[in-house]
Amino acid sequence: MASPDDKASGVVQVHDERAQIQEVEDLILAELGRQGYPQASEFAVRLAFEEAITNAFEHGHREQPHETVTVEYEVNPSTVRISIEDKGPGFDPSTIADPTLDENLDKPFGRGIMLIRSFMSEVAYNDSGNRLTMRYDRPPNGS
Amino acid sequence: MPADSRLRISEADGVTQVEFVDRNILDEANIQAIGEEIGSIIEASPSPKLVISFSNVDHLSSAALGALITINNKVRAKDGALRLSNIDPQIYEVFTITRLNKIFEIHDSTQQALESLS
Repeated sequence: MASPDDKASGVVQVHDERAQIQEVEDLILAELGRQGYPQASEFAVRLAFEEAITNAFEHGHREQPHETVTVEYEVNPSTVRISIEDKGPGFDPSTIADPTLDENLDKPFGRGIMLIRSFMSEVAYNDSGNRLTMRYDRPPNGS
Repeated sequence: MPADSRLRISEADGVTQVEFVDRNILDEANIQAIGEEIGSIIEASPSPKLVISFSNVDHLSSAALGALITINNKVRAKDGALRLSNIDPQIYEVFTITRLNKIFEIHDSTQQALESLS
């Protein structure tokens, strides 16, 4: 396991291009691997990151597809923190319908945020709703 | 089948079997292409029967789930049948969390999925 004071962090500007998204995702996941997080943690962080950055580009930057999204991350031996901020007007996450209700099960959209909430330890939006911050806590005995 | 298809498709005894080429089904453009390719198979059959295997898949996104739901809706509209199989336990958890295991018929193996259609 990495030492307690081991930490990696960074701030990256990402365009809506698969190669750039993959590059920063790989960077974060490599750090989880280096610090000995279990494979299940990598699955959870990859899933949440993918959903969050997809939402930022698909919804936040619908009117400005060439703008960059800011990804800020920190990985330490006990916690992963990732913030994703777009340049859009933001939104109110409480307005998103519950996709697990029977009447919504056959709708092909609206699951990203609930998946992020399910796999992360804590999820918060800023007041304007254009910056998502998520925290993932290393599971007990997760090495 | 498109030259750059991300799917492996075969047909036997009236059932179309679909496998994914990629381990990660995350890219929006690929997901759209996959949905369109399977959609064209459904449209070409009067009563489509499909088994989609996830044996090669490690990760998928909610957009991929959305494509599967659209496929399922199209199959149901034609009184067809759709089975999913070989889903990794972590991905199955995604189906459980979203309750999509309630609308999809999921089998442990392709063989079991095929038997359910015979």
